[in-house]
Amino acid sequence: MWTVLRDLLRHNRQFAVGVVLLAVVIGFAALSLVSPYPPNDSFVVPPDVPPSLAYPMGTTSRGQDVFWLLTFSIRNTLLFGITVAVLSRLLALTIGLVAGYSGGLIDRALMSLNDTFIVIPLFPILVLFYFVMRDHMSWGLLALMMACLGWAYDARLIRSMAMSLRQREFTDTAIFSGMSMRQILIGEHLPYVLPIVFSTTMNNINWSIGLEVTLSVLGFTDINTPTIGVLIYWANQHTAMVAGIWWWILFPVLLVVITFVGLFLLAVSMNEHIDPRSRLGRIT
Amino acid sequence: MTGFPLYLATRLGQFALVVFIGINIAFIVTHATPINPVEQSIAAATQFGSTSPEAIALMRQSLKELYGLEGGIGAQYIAFWRRVAVGDFGPSLSAFPTPVSTLIGRALPWTVGLLVISILLTWTLGNLLGGLAGYFRDSRSLRLAGIIAMGFHPIPYYIVALILLIVFGYLWPVLPISGGYMMNMPRELSWAFLGSLATHSILPILSLVLVGLGGWFMGMRSLVSNVVTEDYVTYAELGGVARSRILASYVMRNALMPQVTGLAMSLGAIFNGAIITEQVFGYPGIGSLLVSAVHAGDYSLVLGITTVSILSVSVAVLLIDLLYPLLDPRVRAR
Repeated sequence: MWTVLRDLLRHNRQFAVGVVLLAVVIGFAALSLVSPYPPNDSFVVPPDVPPSLAYPMGTTSRGQDVFWLLTFSIRNTLLFGITVAVLSRLLALTIGLVAGYSGGLIDRALMSLNDTFIVIPLFPILVLFYFVMRDHMSWGLLALMMACLGWAYDARLIRSMAMSLRQREFTDTAIFSGMSMRQILIGEHLPYVLPIVFSTTMNNINWSIGLEVTLSVLGFTDINTPTIGVLIYWANQHTAMVAGIWWWILFPVLLVVITFVGLFLLAVSMNEHIDPRSRLGRIT
Repeated sequence: MTGFPLYLATRLGQFALVVFIGINIAFIVTHATPINPVEQSIAAATQFGSTSPEAIALMRQSLKELYGLEGGIGAQYIAFWRRVAVGDFGPSLSAFPTPVSTLIGRALPWTVGLLVISILLTWTLGNLLGGLAGYFRDSRSLRLAGIIAMGFHPIPYYIVALILLIVFGYLWPVLPISGGYMMNMPRELSWAFLGSLATHSILPILSLVLVGLGGWFMGMRSLVSNVVTEDYVTYAELGGVARSRILASYVMRNALMPQVTGLAMSLGAIFNGAIITEQVFGYPGIGSLLVSAVHAGDYSLVLGITTVSILSVSVAVLLIDLLYPLLDPRVRAR
């Protein structure tokens, strides 16, 4: 595995750029550990100061240092994306592997369910969810909700791989040697689908961060936990753009775009690495 | 049952399932709340301005009916479905007593127009460019187009819309950034009004196209570069068939099928994008209506929009699915 990573870093420029971008973002998030101010304190620095040496990204109208606030925000945003991705991965893996292995009626039932979740417009449902939860809405609850809604794309992909694994000889050998379905799925099939799961995880993190930012910007989440979206929400609330406090909006947007592009490049390059045809195309 | 009837039956079944599960999720979500929704909604709706006690009593009554808080959970469930079937979500609370269906009916054409135009643009342009890029692999300009399209692809709709808003609203203010047409302009069929409609829709459409283009581009490029290696393409090339003809009817035509399925599958996500974009640009469609409904605490309107969204997206998906056999003769013949 380490040699694969090393080769990717050395020969795949998309992968290398993605890793560097993400390293910057994660390093920035790690800075939140040494922040001089707690994230929710306001009026700890003079408000509306443009970027300068003392405040590299300026300060907000609420008297917060954008730089340190941003470290907390990106950390929470990343954690959110990873939580949703891990939870929805568990669902996608279970459903995809079981459907692909079982085939027949179970497969058809699970895939109809799957297609349904792909088609249903999630945004109005999430808004409705916020609407009934209101003040009870929390970070974890939203993550759980989104994980329950966001597994479908990958389940379909995993299922198509599991279907071809089912036809392979080693699966028959495993069945004849008396392994249970659970043992076969976890011990025999899971290792084959894991690489593609890593690649789609990046896309899923992107998806969940995107939705979280959108919901928070509209004020439809817990607006007291600093995330990138909440940061932009407060900037909009103080009409930062019209008031000319551009640094309050620019830096969060910039950082989140870096995150998106980094994750996307990782997903694309890993996908390419997994698919031998495109790897060949790279050599010739 | 074989061939087309079977295809039709499975598609209709899938459609029914989508609607069924979607509405069920809406029901579960609205009933999972730990708070008293009726009093909360009334408090939120009457927060601004004064409302007469009679109107509040009427609101409370219709809210109770709407939430279906009368009777057991089974009766509530049936009442909920009846409401959906009839399309009656009661009066709006923020625009009392206008019915919710009227408000949605007013906003829906805007969203549909925005979506149809931007999807047609995105899908056609993305597939065309992607197909060309897959066929002419050495073209510099196509490679550059690919990099630009892929650069926008991972960024969510809101951020792209916000960036466009900043660029065209503050840095280079040449386009209107808010509304569906110029304020106070008479809504009639004149060139000035149509022009105003067009200029106001440029930015929302542009942001939808920018985000959407990359996906179709990449999908089509890899599909085409797979089809190009097929024997029949090589054979056609050796046989001296014109390259434009090979590209159009040998390569693109075949690669287009998965993209049509892809369109049906990503319709929900595109719809999400459209309602977000609308909100950013103050476009008077479903999205803006939804956000203002939440801020006004208008439960019936939020529920109505959610249900209508689920229904209309599934109908659109069904339509695409029904068009599919026209493009793919194999479905008809099987």
